[in-house]
Amino acid sequence: MPPILKLDFTLTQGAFVLDVHETIDASLIALFGPSGAGKTTMLDAIAGLRTPARGEIVVAGRALYSSAQRIDLPPRLRGIGYVPQDVVLFPHMNVRRNIMYGASRGSRVSVERALAILEIEALVDRPVASLSGGERQRVALARALASSPDLLLLDEPLVGVDAALRERILPYLSRVRDELAVPVVYVTHDAADLRRIAEWVLRVDAGSVRGRGTPEAVVSR
Amino acid sequence: MPDESLLRITVFTVLVAAAATVVMLPIGVSLAWLLARRRFRAKALLDTLVTVPLVMPPVATGLILLRLLGARSPLGRALEMAGLEIVFTWKAVLLAMAVMGLPLVVRTVRAGLQQVPPRYEQIAETLGAGPLRVFFTITLPLASRSVVAGAILGFSRALGEFGATIMVAGSIPGRTRTLASAIYAYTETGRDAQAATLVAIAIVVAFAAVWLSNHIADRDSGLGPFDSRSA
Repeated sequence: MPPILKLDFTLTQGAFVLDVHETIDASLIALFGPSGAGKTTMLDAIAGLRTPARGEIVVAGRALYSSAQRIDLPPRLRGIGYVPQDVVLFPHMNVRRNIMYGASRGSRVSVERALAILEIEALVDRPVASLSGGERQRVALARALASSPDLLLLDEPLVGVDAALRERILPYLSRVRDELAVPVVYVTHDAADLRRIAEWVLRVDAGSVRGRGTPEAVVSR
Repeated sequence: MPDESLLRITVFTVLVAAAATVVMLPIGVSLAWLLARRRFRAKALLDTLVTVPLVMPPVATGLILLRLLGARSPLGRALEMAGLEIVFTWKAVLLAMAVMGLPLVVRTVRAGLQQVPPRYEQIAETLGAGPLRVFFTITLPLASRSVVAGAILGFSRALGEFGATIMVAGSIPGRTRTLASAIYAYTETGRDAQAATLVAIAIVVAFAAVWLSNHIADRDSGLGPFDSRSA
């Protein structure tokens, strides 16, 4: 079995340089670090929304980007489910149309599974403007899942979410991994979240990985 | 005036202006998208070309069109050989209206497209949508109000078009005479009553267009506000 994720690339963005050389074999991976460290840029690179200067991005043995092999798949062919920090539900569609947007390439079953796992069946006919913060998070997660991704990217899914809601959403992330077998890369700057769910942590700062390992090992250091 | 009633002039003007708007929209939206979302070398040139008719005297634009399409130009001869007669026909009226209205469509829609956060389009791409699907299901619906506003502006500009029309289409009774050119022609020949009636009609039509555009601008688009979480 190839590793779940190989990130080996350099990306420049103005004066900022993101330099990553990691091979990871865990299914709930956290990127941990202060804002401005390059975590979102890393997700954008995996999703194909930013192009590295050189290197390789490989998911489960499939090269999404490789400067050596001249591969640079467009975002729509990468099989990446992305829930960005600002959630970005399409405001002119209701919940159902949002979730169905990417579902054509997946199976019908996975839409219903996604709805069930995230417990949002009752919301499908609502306009997105009427949703609470936590509901939006779950709808965005369901939309990403319904496209049958090979990898799920979540950018600070719990930022600005109160403690009670956090307790409700965190278990969904573990369920996604366990029941749908979709590996998750999860951006956070909250050490408590890490201990709760992450298997493997990359501590990112100023564009490079400064530490790696289990949550206990990385956060206590 | 059996064959040139005021009603006929009004209907002709409104119909050709509407047709010109139909021509302007796809071209205008495409140009607006290019200018709002793409980077290319000739962008500044294209931007200038599209805007120039807004700034130039319309009569000058009309003269350029006449020279381009007239019987003595290569393009004019080619069109003539293809059996397409444009100058001094209703097609020339439509063309003049479209050229003069296009800058307003492009500028309005471009501003609207620039308001659509690219993040929506990016996320649609990660969900498997190709460029065309992204445009028609995400970008265009989110900018729909600007498209409607641009269409109304372009239509209004077309309704009142005079300078370019008179050069390339003339003011031929029953063939190319529009509200604007008829008002001028009637006043010149001392038919003040008819001119005054047409002015009244023009006021009503203009009033209706402005009212409609304000109504659409004020109406909730159904999108709800772009709140901070989704914008």
